[in-house]
Amino acid sequence: MLALQGAFAAHEAILRTLGCETRQVRNTRHLVEVDALVVPGGESTTMSNLLARSEMLTMLHAKALGGLPIFGTCAGLILMASEICDGRDDQHALGVLDMAVSRNGYGRQIDSFETDIEVRGLDAPFHAVFIRSPVVTRVGPDVEVLAEVDGNPVLCRKGPVTVTAFHPELSGDDRLHRRWLSQTGILRHSSAQDGRGLGRSRAGAQTE
Amino acid sequence: MGQNNKRETGTTLVKRGLAEMLKGGVIMDVVNPDHAKIAEDAGAAAVMALERVPSDIRRDGGVSRMSDPEMIQGIQAAVSIPVMAKARIGHFAEAQMLEAVGVDYIDESEVLTPADEAHHIDKWAFAVPFVCGATNLGEALRRISEGAAMIRSKGEAGTGNVVEAVRHLRSIVGDIGKITQADSAELFDWAKQLQAPLPLVQEIADTGQLPVPMFCAGGIATPADASLVMQLGAQAVFVGSGIFKSSSPAKMASAIVEAATHYQDPAILVKVSAGLGGAMAGLEISGLDTKLAERGW
Repeated sequence: MLALQGAFAAHEAILRTLGCETRQVRNTRHLVEVDALVVPGGESTTMSNLLARSEMLTMLHAKALGGLPIFGTCAGLILMASEICDGRDDQHALGVLDMAVSRNGYGRQIDSFETDIEVRGLDAPFHAVFIRSPVVTRVGPDVEVLAEVDGNPVLCRKGPVTVTAFHPELSGDDRLHRRWLSQTGILRHSSAQDGRGLGRSRAGAQTE
Repeated sequence: MGQNNKRETGTTLVKRGLAEMLKGGVIMDVVNPDHAKIAEDAGAAAVMALERVPSDIRRDGGVSRMSDPEMIQGIQAAVSIPVMAKARIGHFAEAQMLEAVGVDYIDESEVLTPADEAHHIDKWAFAVPFVCGATNLGEALRRISEGAAMIRSKGEAGTGNVVEAVRHLRSIVGDIGKITQADSAELFDWAKQLQAPLPLVQEIADTGQLPVPMFCAGGIATPADASLVMQLGAQAVFVGSGIFKSSSPAKMASAIVEAATHYQDPAILVKVSAGLGGAMAGLEISGLDTKLAERGW
C-alpha cells in the first residue's frame, strides 16, 4: 500500500483479513518489493507532492505502465487518470488510464454522501461512500466502466488496474478488493461473488 | 444501471470518513489566502482558517471568536484542499454559520473563548463533521458521544512547547491500553471513572482504539515534534503557530509534511530538519497565565 498519506490503514485491514501480506510503501526501496499496489484515498495534492519529493513518481509511473496491479481509490483514481481538469498546475497525473477527472467534483464535505450502486458482475448492490470525491468526466475506449452514478463512471478497470471514485475500504464490504485480487492473480480461488462482508471473507482467507 | 438509489449526506460514516482521508497528514493554521497557498504548496492535507494563530491570541488577550466568513471564503477560494474553521465551545450559532459557509470540518476549539460553561455543541444536529480537543480519554469519549467525528489531543496551543501534547496523548493512549486489558466487569468502573458512556468504553475494549481518528494538536513546532507525537499514536498532526511563526514558513511547512509521512525514518527527519532556520520561540507551560487546555469539560 502506498502509505504517504491518507486512508491506507483501512485498506490494509481489509487485505489482511483476505490473507494478503501487506507492507507500507514510503520510498523506492519499498516500491520495488511489492507485487501489487493500493493507492488509497487522501489528499491528492499532498500525495502528488510527496511522491515527487520521494523520487517514487518516476518509478511508480514506469511500474504502472509496465503492468503492476493497482487498486486506486479516490485520490488514487486521480493519480491514475490522464487529465485533471481543475487540479493544481504542479499536480501529477500518471496517465495509466485514459480518463479525465474533476477533483472534488461532487462538492465540499457537506455534499459527501453514501448510496447503493449497481456494479457489473456483482449480484447485490455495493454500498459506496463518496467523500469529496472526484467526478470522472471522460473515459477512453479501452477503459471498462463497471459502475456509474448520475451517468458518471465511478468504478473503472483496465487490465490489472481498477479505480474507484468512492471508498470501498470504508463500508465493510470486501467484494471489490477480492475481485481485484483474483483478477490480478494475487489471491487465487477467490471470487468476488462468493460472499459479502468481512465475516465470510475472513473464513475464506484462512483456507487460502 | 439503476441510479435512483437514495443518497444520504452527513452520516457518521461520511463524517468520520473525511478524517480517515486526512490520516498521515498535516493540518495547518492559516490566517489569509497567501498562507493557505503556502500550506497547500507544502503538501498540507487541510488548512484551518482563523484570524489569529494561537500564539497571537495568547499575546493579544481579549475575547477570541469565530473568524469573519469573508476571510474563510477567501481561503476556500484560494485552495482545493479541505478548509476547516473554529467555533467557540458551545457556540452552536457560530457552528451553524460555519456550516452555511460550507467549511469541511468545524473545530469546536478551546483556542477561542468558550461561549458556554456547561455545554458543548450537540454535534449530531449538524451535517458538517466536527473535531474536538481532549486532554484525556474521558473527555475524548464525551466529545464523541456528542457527535465529534475526530478527536485531537489538545496540547497547549500557541506555546511551541510539545510537552502538554505528549501528556495528553500518553494519557489517552495509556488508558486505551489499560481498557483492552480490563475484564467485562471492570469496564463499568472505567465508564464511571472516565465519566464516559459505557458502550463507547466497551467498544474500545473490543477494538483497542477510539471509534474515530485521533490526531494531535497544540505545541508542535518542528519535524521532530511531529515524529514524536505520531510515534506516540497520533494519526495526523495539527500545526498552529509552529509554521507561520517560524523564520521560514514554507520550508518549515514542507519539512513537517515530510515528517508526518516518514515519522519512523530518522534519516529523512535529519534531512528535512537540516538548515531549517529558527522554529517559533516557545513558552514554558509554568509561566502561562491562561491554560487553554483547561477550557472544555
